[in-house]
Amino acid sequence: MELRVDNLTIARGGVPVLAGVHFVLPAGRALVLRGPNGAGKTTLLRTLAGLQPALSGQISGAGERIAYAAHADGLKAMLSVTENLQFWAEIFGTRETDAALDAYALRPLAERMAGTLSAGQKRRLGLARLLVTGRPVWVLDEPTVSLDTAAVAQFAAALQTHLAAGGSAVIATHIDLGFKAATLDIASFRAASTLLAGASDEAFL
Amino acid sequence: MTALLARDLRLAFRAGGGFGLALAFFLIVVVLVPFSVGPESSLLAAIAPGVLWLGALLACLLSLDRLLALDFEDGTLDLLVGAPIPLEGALSVKALAHWLTTGLPLVLAAPVLGVLLNLPLAGFGWLTASLLAGTPALSVIGTFGAALTVGIKRGGLLLSLLVLPLYVPTLIFGAETARRGAMGMEATTPLAMLTGITLATVALMPFASAAVLRMGLR
Repeated sequence: MELRVDNLTIARGGVPVLAGVHFVLPAGRALVLRGPNGAGKTTLLRTLAGLQPALSGQISGAGERIAYAAHADGLKAMLSVTENLQFWAEIFGTRETDAALDAYALRPLAERMAGTLSAGQKRRLGLARLLVTGRPVWVLDEPTVSLDTAAVAQFAAALQTHLAAGGSAVIATHIDLGFKAATLDIASFRAASTLLAGASDEAFL
Repeated sequence: MTALLARDLRLAFRAGGGFGLALAFFLIVVVLVPFSVGPESSLLAAIAPGVLWLGALLACLLSLDRLLALDFEDGTLDLLVGAPIPLEGALSVKALAHWLTTGLPLVLAAPVLGVLLNLPLAGFGWLTASLLAGTPALSVIGTFGAALTVGIKRGGLLLSLLVLPLYVPTLIFGAETARRGAMGMEATTPLAMLTGITLATVALMPFASAAVLRMGLR
């Protein structure tokens, strides 16, 4: 099943940032979002993940199929690496954490408290969480921040395995992932300032 | 759901989890009362039910600002919204975990502290029953307040101001149950009212909490 976005208008802080966004993401493919800072990449990803409503337009094939990962990894400092992964596995109704530990070489760290990990190690644990969700559509916001080259390669390998298994991914990133993926430059969807009317969140209240 | 409950309980008992802070606060407040009002046992016996209820309520309030704020800061709430469990259920479970780590220890400690305040013998059973029936409402209403102030930096004081007025009915009927019990009067009516308030908040508040949390996360 494909992820389809039609004529989507999204706002940040009540101000429309993107209008008329449309793309189709078939299973087994990745889409890389590009655009300058503040263009609305994060807002678009949060809308896809269902964390905020769109002003107008349709998204189909999202909802319960999305696994979202952003700058905050949702890790508890006082739980070990295994406990963190197991928690998310149980929440998402899967139980298998071994593959996730192996994919990001986390086994040597398995018993360490997440609070004692380095930034890159935390990121790897955050990305490993995607593997235990069992969700087909990954929505990733700058997934490679603070990763070294070896860890970026692990991420690219995990992503390619996910795509080969029929999954798909929408990724906001500036780095080259090392394989060919479709690119969407969202700067071309910048919202006109005339859209302001009725866009405020306060209209809801 | 059970995974979330197990994780919250485990976190509460780990270092920095805050288990026992509310209990220690309750203890200190109640111990300070004889210092401030004097050691006359008849006066202490008269105010004991009210002091114990107010102390439990304030101790509960103290622990509310960590209920959702920590999960918001590390991104857990964003991920829970997308998880296959309903947000209403997740918040009910978090309120239950809060009650188990804060409310229940207060219920168990209150009779011991009642001795310090010269609570009449007839009052112990009613005090424990009223706290047992009333503190779950404090946790559930507190979760609503925490959801309302999530994302606000240093929202602790605002949270207290929002939540305290909502605690008034529980405090009135809870303290009234304990007071009547201590005086040897019939106390089933206020206890029934208190239980009714608790049941209604437990049933309805999670929906309000989830609704305001979804707005707060936008």
